[in-house]
Amino acid sequence: MKKLVVYLVCEPETPELAAAAVAGGADIVELGIPFSDPLAEGPVIRQASERALGRGMRTKECLECIRQTRELVGPDVPLVPMTYAAILEAYGYERYEADARAAGATSHIIVDLPVEEHREVRRIQLVAPTSTDERIRLATEHTDGWLYVVTLTGTTGARDTVSGRLGPLVERVRALAPGLPLYAGFGIATPEQAAQAAELVDGVVVGSRAVQVAEQGPDALREYVASLRAGIDAVPAAPVPT
Amino acid sequence: MSALTYGPYGGRFVPETLIPALDELAAGWAAAREDASFQDELHHLATTYAGRPTPLTLVERFAPEKRVYLKREDLLHTGAHKLNNALGQAVLARRLGKQRIVAETGAGQHGVATATVCARFGLDCVVYMGSEDMRRQKPNVERMNLLGAEVRPVEFGTRTLKEATSEAIRDWITNVETTHYLIGSCVGPSPYPEMVGELQAVIGHEARGQYLQVEGHLPEAVVACVGGGSNSIGMFKGFVDDVEVRLVGVEAAGAASLGTGRRGVLHGARSSILADEDGQIADAHSISAGLDYPGVGPEHAFLRDSGRAVYLPCTDEEALAAFERLAKTEGIIPALESSHALARALDLDAEHVLVCLSGRGDKDLAEALRHLGYAE
Repeated sequence: MKKLVVYLVCEPETPELAAAAVAGGADIVELGIPFSDPLAEGPVIRQASERALGRGMRTKECLECIRQTRELVGPDVPLVPMTYAAILEAYGYERYEADARAAGATSHIIVDLPVEEHREVRRIQLVAPTSTDERIRLATEHTDGWLYVVTLTGTTGARDTVSGRLGPLVERVRALAPGLPLYAGFGIATPEQAAQAAELVDGVVVGSRAVQVAEQGPDALREYVASLRAGIDAVPAAPVPT
Repeated sequence: MSALTYGPYGGRFVPETLIPALDELAAGWAAAREDASFQDELHHLATTYAGRPTPLTLVERFAPEKRVYLKREDLLHTGAHKLNNALGQAVLARRLGKQRIVAETGAGQHGVATATVCARFGLDCVVYMGSEDMRRQKPNVERMNLLGAEVRPVEFGTRTLKEATSEAIRDWITNVETTHYLIGSCVGPSPYPEMVGELQAVIGHEARGQYLQVEGHLPEAVVACVGGGSNSIGMFKGFVDDVEVRLVGVEAAGAASLGTGRRGVLHGARSSILADEDGQIADAHSISAGLDYPGVGPEHAFLRDSGRAVYLPCTDEEALAAFERLAKTEGIIPALESSHALARALDLDAEHVLVCLSGRGDKDLAEALRHLGYAE
């Protein structure tokens, strides 16, 4: 089965929303720790981050949000905080790593921390269409469990179509790291797009649209996630080509 | 391998999408600076297009008790030191085969310099500018439009330089393969701080020679304003090895990233920034749009820590007073940014002082006159 990853920004309602996403069929939940100047984000997640910060969701509150989410979803659902280096610079890398794990985090994504930096924070690495083969190899060697494949050059946010650059990038990564699970994210919003991406990779990450739907509450989010689930479940789980 | 450049400061805190472009830029820059034809082309443009060398002016009526000289970057084409950097990066962008330029601007001086070089070389130009700054610096918006640049307003957050920079970087992430990001100050991910610093070093090297020629000795102190810090770093580079010369940077009191900031990451580099204890960026406040920025170049943070340079604050009121004083006593209308350096030069405990007059003040007239009570 292909994996479905849903991203939400840490806010007071997020534990309940994350549980709804899992009920709708999410395998993994990414929990965004908001930063005031998030360079990789499009308007939806940027605005959601501003709102969360306005509601006092600082690092400590976000770690508590992860802890509550862990309680609600149980021990088996991977929870992955996603944030920016500025947060860890202020909190301390090792302290963050320890406290996030203690709160229930399974791994980490740090969007603007290159693979060369702070390897003591074992984390999911990202590759992009612009990545050289050398950098892809480095990312595959150091990633924690799966690799985040950024489908396009650009920021997060829904697009009309799945980027045509995903296919060639996945081919390059597969050649360098056969068997490594690849999850695609950025610009995937609809069940059709999720299905289309899932034909190429082992998992799909949905962010901005999930954040938008989550504003309508847990029921709406559960339904939306279920529609994504149905979309990718229609894709046959082909063996990973070697 | 770590890419930190200035002790603990600098680095590349950007999404993976940009790392290959930064590698390409660093390699292109390293090759260009060793290439005599690149240096010749820059020198030719500097002398036949930009108006280098800029003169030194002794301002005896402005500072009657001292010998204060101004390095007249306000007389450079487009009216500020920003052109030194824009010309260099535009020539480099052409070498790298980039036809589209994206830039951020605060006061509009860098936007105008960028629009100018793009017009000169036939490059497509998009400039991001906070809507609050577009209001404060309207003449520069009009100049950019005339020069053929597209000015894109940034309507969120503080609507100033911080958000304009973030949006320019987001544009670059999106169009990285066709676009050169022509950053306006010695900030951002490596190699930008070192590249911009080196392109601005012409200010300090020229000024040192000129000063020695007229005075026969070095100044006691060199003073320059610091927003992101490009005119000051360019000026300081001429004197950093002269240990007897004090290097004095002047920050806006409400945007003192060096004076009151803490170590953190903003716009791709670790430096001294205005942020809270969680690393969230704080708002800066300055009457001068060019200094209204919560970050500063990483080399300044390094110079501060090492004690080689000192950084002093200047209030809006002090800057306005110096702005008016230079106009009334010398017939030179300085940029509000440069007026911060002028204010501290007056009360510094040094007689022989060299100030970088980084830009001219035409763009600031409406704002300054309103505050000074000339206009309604």
